[in-house]
Amino acid sequence: MAMQTATRTDQLVIVDRIQRSTSVTEFVLERADGSRLPDWAPGAHIDVVLPSGKIRQYSLCGDRWTPHQYRIAVQREHDGTGGSVEIHEDVQLGDVVSFGGPRNNFRLAPAQHYRFIAGGIGITAVLPMIEQAEKLNLEWQLLYLGKTADRMAYRHLADHYPGRVTMHTSTDNGRASIRQWLGDLPEDTMVYACGPETMLEALPEECPDLPKHFLRTERFTNTLADATVSSEPYEIELYRSGKVINALGTTPVIDALSQAGVSVITSCSKGVCGTCEVDVVSGEIDHRDAILDDDERAANTCMFPCVSRALSKRLVLDL
Amino acid sequence: MTINSTARCPFSGMPAAIDEPAEQRIEAPVMDVDPFDEATLASPYAMHERLREADGDVVYIPAYDIYAVARYDAVRETLENWQHFSSAAGVGLANFNSEKPWRAPSLLLEADPPQHDAPRAALEKILGARKLRRYHDEWRQTAHELLGGLLNDGTTVSNDGAVELDAVTEISEVYPLSVFPDAVGLQQEGRANLLPYGNFAFNAFGPRNRLVTDDLETIGPVFEWIGNQCPREALNEDGFGDDIWRAADQRHITEEQAPLIVRSLLTAGVDTTVYGISAVLYHLASNPDQYARLRENPQLVRRVFEEALRLESPVQTFFRTTTTEVTIGGTTLPENQKVLMFLGAANRDPRRWENPDAFDLTRDPSGHLAFGSGVHQCVGQHVARLEASCVMEALIERVERIEFIAPPQRHINNTLIGWDSLPIRFVPA
Repeated sequence: MAMQTATRTDQLVIVDRIQRSTSVTEFVLERADGSRLPDWAPGAHIDVVLPSGKIRQYSLCGDRWTPHQYRIAVQREHDGTGGSVEIHEDVQLGDVVSFGGPRNNFRLAPAQHYRFIAGGIGITAVLPMIEQAEKLNLEWQLLYLGKTADRMAYRHLADHYPGRVTMHTSTDNGRASIRQWLGDLPEDTMVYACGPETMLEALPEECPDLPKHFLRTERFTNTLADATVSSEPYEIELYRSGKVINALGTTPVIDALSQAGVSVITSCSKGVCGTCEVDVVSGEIDHRDAILDDDERAANTCMFPCVSRALSKRLVLDL
Repeated sequence: MTINSTARCPFSGMPAAIDEPAEQRIEAPVMDVDPFDEATLASPYAMHERLREADGDVVYIPAYDIYAVARYDAVRETLENWQHFSSAAGVGLANFNSEKPWRAPSLLLEADPPQHDAPRAALEKILGARKLRRYHDEWRQTAHELLGGLLNDGTTVSNDGAVELDAVTEISEVYPLSVFPDAVGLQQEGRANLLPYGNFAFNAFGPRNRLVTDDLETIGPVFEWIGNQCPREALNEDGFGDDIWRAADQRHITEEQAPLIVRSLLTAGVDTTVYGISAVLYHLASNPDQYARLRENPQLVRRVFEEALRLESPVQTFFRTTTTEVTIGGTTLPENQKVLMFLGAANRDPRRWENPDAFDLTRDPSGHLAFGSGVHQCVGQHVARLEASCVMEALIERVERIEFIAPPQRHINNTLIGWDSLPIRFVPA
């Protein structure tokens, strides 16, 4: 993968690697031609295909007013599923990874006040939310939880926004009382929390008076932990005509279809607008769009060929 | 505005030289055109060519003190680059930074991120292609009933059973109004207000010319009716309108935002589809060979609609406003300048399209800009596609040939291009 040169629109070059803490590295990604990347909003993540073919989700933590650049930050987890170690060790400056999305299951809804709770690397999803609240001149507070201060990648936030950020390290201070930190919430406050499962599970009890739609959480789950993207060629079978087309594993389905003279109308070519949706009869899909949520992806019944491809050797499309 | 001597006039070859110090440096070629002149609105193609072939990706139009883009790449870039080209200052000629909007600005069309995010995400979900599947059968049946009725009850004029009709008033204006208001969940009474409201709203993006002022006296009750349809209690359960209010219940948007988002459906959801369906019918009637080809290959239905949209581009223009000094194709524009984007000109740019003026079903119309592009791309595009494909499917099953019986009449609007009348004859299959 390191030898690969970025020529496709789904390929990103690592243009910077920043050590943010003892365990967290921030990666700055751009297309080789510096062109605009698909739009996103706070709470969004991209799917990154690592050199091994593993797919991992990372929150976008940069600035969307810099539209040709994505930033992600990864915490090295030695007891994880191998993705974080791989990106730390095998993905160097100048290397190329491919991506899908961005998708957003953690959108920042409009409110007058925000309370952000970030556990560990969960801070990445919250960073653009803080920027946005600042831009809109809204009142916000952040509770930033970590094991030890040296592991907390964005501890400078406390200096940058005096009076708004509470840091809490569990190694020295035990478990934080979220309920105490939240206190009496002003009217029209939304609470956004991103962090480990144990922290999120306890949350509803910590804010019993908050209407349920005012509490939003994002879990670090990896629904695609077992899926591996292959760059091997695959076959596309057209269900209605029985025609079979050979496709390259490294290009979206639309490329093979158009080369074979099969017409599917596209519009944005970014997996955003939904124009090219095709029903899938069978086969595993390598989803790269920004439209489907995890459940819709898992259903495996439709795809957006302008960006998506196949995980299985054969994909049968209702065409 | 004073024009600096660096300005070039591409027609005289002479610089528009002025001795006094320039207030503002106009780097772009200066174009003596009036995009809102009625003759130009009816047939903008010669002007489009002049704008595209001017010596630069961006031109300056002194008649309105605006910049304009007409080439495909420049229009697409301007549409997508919301960071530098704002919608919040209005997508019409008026600059909301200094002029009062005629109505509360749209939360979708006339907003930028971050304010634009939540309303857009909510409506995108409600009008998503998969959400619309539940309407397929019903809308298909409505199209068959409409065309079946016209063929059975229309004036039969010859022994081949041909029927004469006006495709605008009897199909394009009828079909969307038979499916869309029900899907939104509107009450029956007063639906006739939808077309005049849309027509006014799209005129209002232009200058205050006759097209706007002529309607000012009669539009008051239309506004009032539209406003009255937006509260929750005015909307039937189980429609797009109620879905918007449910999004407020779930706090994806606020309760204050909900009625304005309903209003967006009513503003942008009717006229546009009327014009889209007219565009298809016009081009099919004008190209009998292509219609025959479509009948033989019904799977081309989607391509037909996209190709008709490319050529016609019912929404011809929208404005943006520069948020900072910004460069398009080597030309630098100052901050807070209005930029007019000619979607219709981009969709016929020979740099992008081979034989661009031809209605050609062998062409791949993917990437046309009739729905815009980027974060503001038409959120109702899947509704428009579904309506048009239902009409076309019924048409090709029931009608063998479409022929004009009199010249079509253009409808004039500051933003939209369409037809007042398409007098045609249907020869039944």
